[in-house]
Amino acid sequence: MSLDAATVRRIAKLARIRVDDAEVETLQGELNAILGYVEQLAEVNVEGIEPLSGGAQMALRARADVVTDGGIAEKVLANAPDRAGEFFAVPKVVE
Amino acid sequence: MSSYTLEGRTGTWEVVCGLEVHAQVVSKSKLFSGASATYGGAPNAHVSFVDAGFPGMLPVINQECVAQAVRTGLGLKAQINLFSRFDRKNYFYADLPNGYQISQFAHPVVGTGIVEIELQDGTIKHIGITRLHLEQDAGKSMHDQHPAKSVIDLNRAGVALMEIVSEPDIRSPEEAGAYLRKIRQIVRYLGTCDGNMEEGSMRADVNVSVRKAGEEFRTRCEIKNVNSVRFVMHAVEAEALRQIEVWESGGEVKQETRLYDPSKGETRSMRSKEDAHDYRYFPEPDLLPLILEQEFVDALAADLPELPDEKRRRFCDQYGIPFYDAGVLVADQTTADFYETVAKGRDGKLAANWISGDFFAALNRTGTNIETSPVSAEALGQLLDLITDKTINGRIAKDVFEEMVETSALPAAIVEAKGLRQVTDTGAIDDAVTKVLAENADKVAEYKSGKDKLFGFFVGQVMKAMAGKGNPALVNEAVKKQLG
Amino acid sequence: MSIFDLTIAGAAKALAAKDISSVELVTAYNGAVEALNPRLNAYITVTAELALAQARAADARIAAGEATPLTGIPLAMKDLFCTEGVRTTAASKILEPFIPQYESTVSGKLKAAGAVMLGKANLDEFAMGSSNITSGYGPVENPWKRAGSDAKLVPGGSSGGSAAAVAARIALGATGTDTGGSIRQPAAFTGLAGIKPTYGRCSRYGIIAFASSLDQAGPMARNVEDCALLLQAMAGFDEKDSTSAEREVPDFSAAVQRGVKGLRIGIPAEYRMDGTNPEIVALWEKGIEWLKAEGAEIIDISLPHTKYGLAVYYIVAPAEASSNLARYDGVRFGARVDGVDLIDMYERTRAAGFGPEVKRRIMIGTYVLSHGYYDAYYLKAQKVRNLILRDFTDAFAKVDAILTPTAPSAAFGLGEKMDDPVTMYLNDVFTVPASLAGVPAMSVPAGLSAEGLPLGLQVIGRHFDEETVFAVSAAIERAAGFTALPEVRAK
Repeated sequence: MSLDAATVRRIAKLARIRVDDAEVETLQGELNAILGYVEQLAEVNVEGIEPLSGGAQMALRARADVVTDGGIAEKVLANAPDRAGEFFAVPKVVE
Repeated sequence: MSSYTLEGRTGTWEVVCGLEVHAQVVSKSKLFSGASATYGGAPNAHVSFVDAGFPGMLPVINQECVAQAVRTGLGLKAQINLFSRFDRKNYFYADLPNGYQISQFAHPVVGTGIVEIELQDGTIKHIGITRLHLEQDAGKSMHDQHPAKSVIDLNRAGVALMEIVSEPDIRSPEEAGAYLRKIRQIVRYLGTCDGNMEEGSMRADVNVSVRKAGEEFRTRCEIKNVNSVRFVMHAVEAEALRQIEVWESGGEVKQETRLYDPSKGETRSMRSKEDAHDYRYFPEPDLLPLILEQEFVDALAADLPELPDEKRRRFCDQYGIPFYDAGVLVADQTTADFYETVAKGRDGKLAANWISGDFFAALNRTGTNIETSPVSAEALGQLLDLITDKTINGRIAKDVFEEMVETSALPAAIVEAKGLRQVTDTGAIDDAVTKVLAENADKVAEYKSGKDKLFGFFVGQVMKAMAGKGNPALVNEAVKKQLG
Repeated sequence: MSIFDLTIAGAAKALAAKDISSVELVTAYNGAVEALNPRLNAYITVTAELALAQARAADARIAAGEATPLTGIPLAMKDLFCTEGVRTTAASKILEPFIPQYESTVSGKLKAAGAVMLGKANLDEFAMGSSNITSGYGPVENPWKRAGSDAKLVPGGSSGGSAAAVAARIALGATGTDTGGSIRQPAAFTGLAGIKPTYGRCSRYGIIAFASSLDQAGPMARNVEDCALLLQAMAGFDEKDSTSAEREVPDFSAAVQRGVKGLRIGIPAEYRMDGTNPEIVALWEKGIEWLKAEGAEIIDISLPHTKYGLAVYYIVAPAEASSNLARYDGVRFGARVDGVDLIDMYERTRAAGFGPEVKRRIMIGTYVLSHGYYDAYYLKAQKVRNLILRDFTDAFAKVDAILTPTAPSAAFGLGEKMDDPVTMYLNDVFTVPASLAGVPAMSVPAGLSAEGLPLGLQVIGRHFDEETVFAVSAAIERAAGFTALPEVRAK
């Protein structure tokens, strides 16, 4: 599988990263090199093998339903690039 | 069964509909953080660093939210999956702090189930449940608070939702409405969601397509975030009509996300959500699989309250009331409990008649509900006791009830204070009858010449003379005897 | 003897004996940082004043008899750990500026133990790299030089700042994080000991995520003993991390003293890869002989899926990273580049904020998860990952620990291996399998290359058996007698 420029653009769009034409070309080459390298997995027989998604082999632990957090609006907003009062602010969205 | 169809220029169309109901889980804290799940609050007051997607923050699941999902699954007669898993659904939006929603895509906690709905004409229909899964709610973007900016409040971000997905078994707006009401009734009985659609704690995505009889499914559209039963019903019809128009004018319905506009009664395309639906689901690596013990599920099942369908059948069996009446009484848990308090150890039919008749009318008139009603279940029960033991007759009971509604006084006290005990003294009744017959000699003559209908008139006059307090059976008997 | 010759264990002893004070120690280190950091660029943020305040508190604590072995010890904190009130960058411009209002569990535990933070150590941007050249705050210089050359070498990555700081003695020890080798490879490149503990041993809470199913915090220090002291304080169950293991933390320092008599050490055939530097192979052979001499039994084993480790890693890690890094959108923290609308703002912010390597990995990760490719790439990789885990499980039925080289080469020059990303990725070939399996692995300095650069050997253990890893590593350390020092260092 080899990526064309249009796919690189589509992926960049999905990833919300603006790319210019020169970058598309560079990325296309680099991504194809990486994909070419990982292509070797095709030769591994994985019949009957379960996927392993995590490094930890245990079951999920749950916490009790108790309010232990929140009430820290100022701290949550302290690093905001833009805010309006107690809200985060972003460019206006037209729906 | 009456079937719902729409007539187009090219023939008759059937509507195919499935609902995805998003029900906010009743819990104190959020699905993956310890911040409060309470509705409202100052902006960003119920937000932890986890909810706001800060670097290095990790989710930890809330046990109660899992239990609530399992309870709901049990209430939907659904399969509980002892193995389930969380996945990330990746997309960018300003009110989605992590850039992904933690949801259950491949392995939901609840599998297939069945919901029974009842239609106007009494038909019972089964709607299949495909799955129920747990997921996080997003925050709230507001576009009208600031002239140049959209502003974001993350109080809702991370609150637990159950997404309940139905099979495409719904065939009419009425069925869609009945299904949604039924889901709401079940979660309310279970206490797993408050079902409050105004506050957004329950909302539905409505999938609609149309087809001609015998066809396979055609392309469907999804109408997002419909927030009332009425709107869901309207949206199904409006969208079906739109699609019929598209097909019939030679076009093709495009699979897309739409919005229902209640003010115009129509659906419109949501252009903003249309770009590249590629959610790149993958197993959430910050969480491990959710493994439930069968004992945990069994314990929840054992503690489950009686559900409306079962309760309705039991009411019919135990209290001998009609199926329809039982349906009215189990509409919600409070009404059902009220009924049982009144009916227990009494005449169930009499209790049902009083509650669905005079009692509901009084609630309506006084603008109260069962919780705030001036007449308690105990007091109403005592009134029924007075009728049953013949202390008062049914006619007087209505007056006593009105007095109870006005003053919240107990029925026995009202009866005593106003001297409303019914008269069972046959001497007094005979005297009253004699007097009435004497005063209406002409009518007596008519009766005797064959006008049987006048019997009721005499009884009425006697009751009136006795201020309504005469025992109706004894009065009947006395009138009959004296008329010979 | 200079104050900089003290190890953590030695300094702790001197502090306890009141031979030195923490203020003296930290003042010396602050001075060394000031002198050498401009050249090495090992720290992104220097917190000299904070360090001094912490040193004073440490001295009070020592005086009160409430000290731990780390009280008053000056450390470098990899700038991937969120530190409350102290700028945290992940070496990325997208977090400029970001001052966390919370503390990572691991840095918090070190703080609670009385350790002193000298500053936030440089790293590859978001820990993505093997050379520290992807840092948005500039590359780090390795304090080691090739004999007779002034060429600047990389310290390895991603914990390159941590490695350079400890090697140059401008920190007594450091925290690192390891996703595919980010502690072990820089430790090997700078002549240090460094351990990636079992996945789940240290909490990930407050550590800026790269690849969640692989990331693990661990210590880097001058020797195995110091690593044991650091890990003792860093490890432990944390209810804020669902993948954290609910287990007792064993006595790692005791394990360092255990010896290897009777231990079965596995030598995996598959790590003898074509083209591996003969010096590295020779060092490995020496390691085998040392362990044999100490009474260990050497057993040939097979880890047949080793060669697929990198391919799996370069699918799994970018996939998770593409999602983990979605939160850097300019809305709640960090940098923002304005745009005409929300999407434009996202795209400009992320284009300006992320460096080329991070973008590459986000793109690869996005692609392998995208519709139509998930099964061929991500799912397949997860299955092969399971086979890699199985390799280790099978091997550990026969052996107690596994010995391999840490890296395929010694430290390379700044600007080398830059031809294409894959060449750079090959640096992690020996370290990635243990990361994918989640087992503990340690790099220990074992010798010098012909050019005079340090080389490391890697000891891999069973899940949650860091004790054996420490025991074997300490035996190699003793046998190797590695005493070489880099030219650039505090003296």
